[in-house]
Amino acid sequence: MFELLGIPPQVLMGQLLLGLINGSFYAVLSLGLAVIFGLLNIINFSHGALYMMGAFASWMLLNYIGIGYWPALILAPLIVGAFGVVLERLLLNKLYHLDHLYGLLLTFGLALILQGVFRNYYGISGMPYQIPESLSGGQNLGFMFLPNYRAWVIVASVVVCFGTWFVIEKTRLGAYLRAGTENPVLVGAFGINVPLMITLTYGFGVALAGFAGVLAAPIYSVNPNMGADLIIVVFAVVVIGGMGSILGAIITGFGLGIVEGLTRVFYPEGSAVVIFVIMAIVLLIKPEGLFGRAA
Amino acid sequence: MAPLHKVIFLVLFAFLLVLPFMVYPVFAMKLMCFALFAAAFNLLLGFGGLLSFGHAAYFGGASYVAAHAAKVWGLTPELSVLVGTAAAAFLGLIIGSLAIKRQGIYFAMVTLAFAQMVYFIALQAEFTGGEDGIQSVPRGDLFGLISLHDNTALYFFVLAITFGGVLALYRITHSPFGQVIKAIRDNETRAVSLGYDVNRYKLMVFVLSATFAGLAGATKSQVFQLASLTDVHWSMSGEVVLMTLLGGMGTVFGPLAGAAVIVTMQNYLASFGAWVTIIQGVIFVLGVMLFREGIVGVLSRWLKRPL
Repeated sequence: MFELLGIPPQVLMGQLLLGLINGSFYAVLSLGLAVIFGLLNIINFSHGALYMMGAFASWMLLNYIGIGYWPALILAPLIVGAFGVVLERLLLNKLYHLDHLYGLLLTFGLALILQGVFRNYYGISGMPYQIPESLSGGQNLGFMFLPNYRAWVIVASVVVCFGTWFVIEKTRLGAYLRAGTENPVLVGAFGINVPLMITLTYGFGVALAGFAGVLAAPIYSVNPNMGADLIIVVFAVVVIGGMGSILGAIITGFGLGIVEGLTRVFYPEGSAVVIFVIMAIVLLIKPEGLFGRAA
Repeated sequence: MAPLHKVIFLVLFAFLLVLPFMVYPVFAMKLMCFALFAAAFNLLLGFGGLLSFGHAAYFGGASYVAAHAAKVWGLTPELSVLVGTAAAAFLGLIIGSLAIKRQGIYFAMVTLAFAQMVYFIALQAEFTGGEDGIQSVPRGDLFGLISLHDNTALYFFVLAITFGGVLALYRITHSPFGQVIKAIRDNETRAVSLGYDVNRYKLMVFVLSATFAGLAGATKSQVFQLASLTDVHWSMSGEVVLMTLLGGMGTVFGPLAGAAVIVTMQNYLASFGAWVTIIQGVIFVLGVMLFREGIVGVLSRWLKRPL
């Protein structure tokens, strides 16, 4: 086999795959943040905690009532989404007239509560979640071994991301959403129930986080802190991509996952900080982000 | 200084003089370090209107540098604290000059992400001791003369630093510079049209806030003889926001009260484990929903006097 810069192709491809998987999570999560930010103008700090909830929901469905992976893939996001709807109705919708920093602080508090509650009941050691049987095993591609489940995570994320993009950018419903972000009063005057739209948007964005959580459950161990550190990387992804565009969130998410994977091959010590370094560079050159509109 | 503020500062000082004889001095020193940290943070958020979500970087970063200076370079306590503070100021200059390019929540996210970078450096760099942090930092002799091994002697060293720091912050917020900062917070466009170089002022207030946060962190590492990852972790950044919010942002005494409440709570609820996090979360939610003025903010409204 050929070698690239002294790196065996198995290693390179393995890390690329790992990067692509991390990128899938970055993309789905930053997409959810972008959708929520677009309509609610709130940076959802509890996004990581809700992702963790999605993973726990699928674990609980399996271990308490014996519902397996495939139904959980639908049910867990619904549960998390419903929880999000309650949060928006009870708390967030009281803050829209205030400085948007309060939304950040409130969701930060919610994240602390959620993580604390799960830590109380399940401790901090992770719990395993089996890969569903239909996706166990893998393919030998000749130059590397590709586990089926990981391939599925990438495919599912791409489909969900571009499905969301399609709905928001190309359909009538999406047009209402985009109009609602521009001028809620006018859209309301056309007879569209804007508050309901906002609630459902938050529910959907949060359900995306829950969906990512279910995807993550068989790969990472399910534990209360799984979202806490991820969310900060996702924030950096969001800053790099710029919040203006849905497509930006998706492309930046996958792209930075790959960059991180490549860094792990060529300079392992830098892999944890490479995204933040890129963020600093982007801020220097294009402060509004790669895909962002100038403020 | 307003007469009421002067009286409160004097009472506070008198109280702090006797405090180490009433409670465990190390606890009292921890209180003071966090009070200074919160006051420094409040300079940026309360007076500058800039929400940094990464102030742990300056607090914890300075604590690492000061601990290293005392332990490896063998500097005296006051020099160690000084070196740590200078490091925080430098860090604040670099991060601040990038962060002020963005506004509002982006600003918060940028500061958070940079703080995470500092966290990873603290985790991986050679001199920081990784998961263990820098332990058993020697306390040394003040000016090479007065031994600080005695808790009471150290207490008065810490009192001088933190009280002096809080007074300096008071002086800054009540100076013409402070007036400009508040003007920018209230109406940035107007400040620009009045001819102020807004970005320069923002950067200055950012660096000042980082410097005093660093002073607090460096002092803390001398008190506990330890610099650890807890101090640079993003949850520490959240904690200082909580202290300021609870006490009352934009007030003089709010951050001090907020820090006192939170540190005391953590101290006495430590045995409840994760419940402390939950309670902090609940305080956050209640604070944002019902109690945005904070403790001192409410008091100040009742008394109809700025506090």
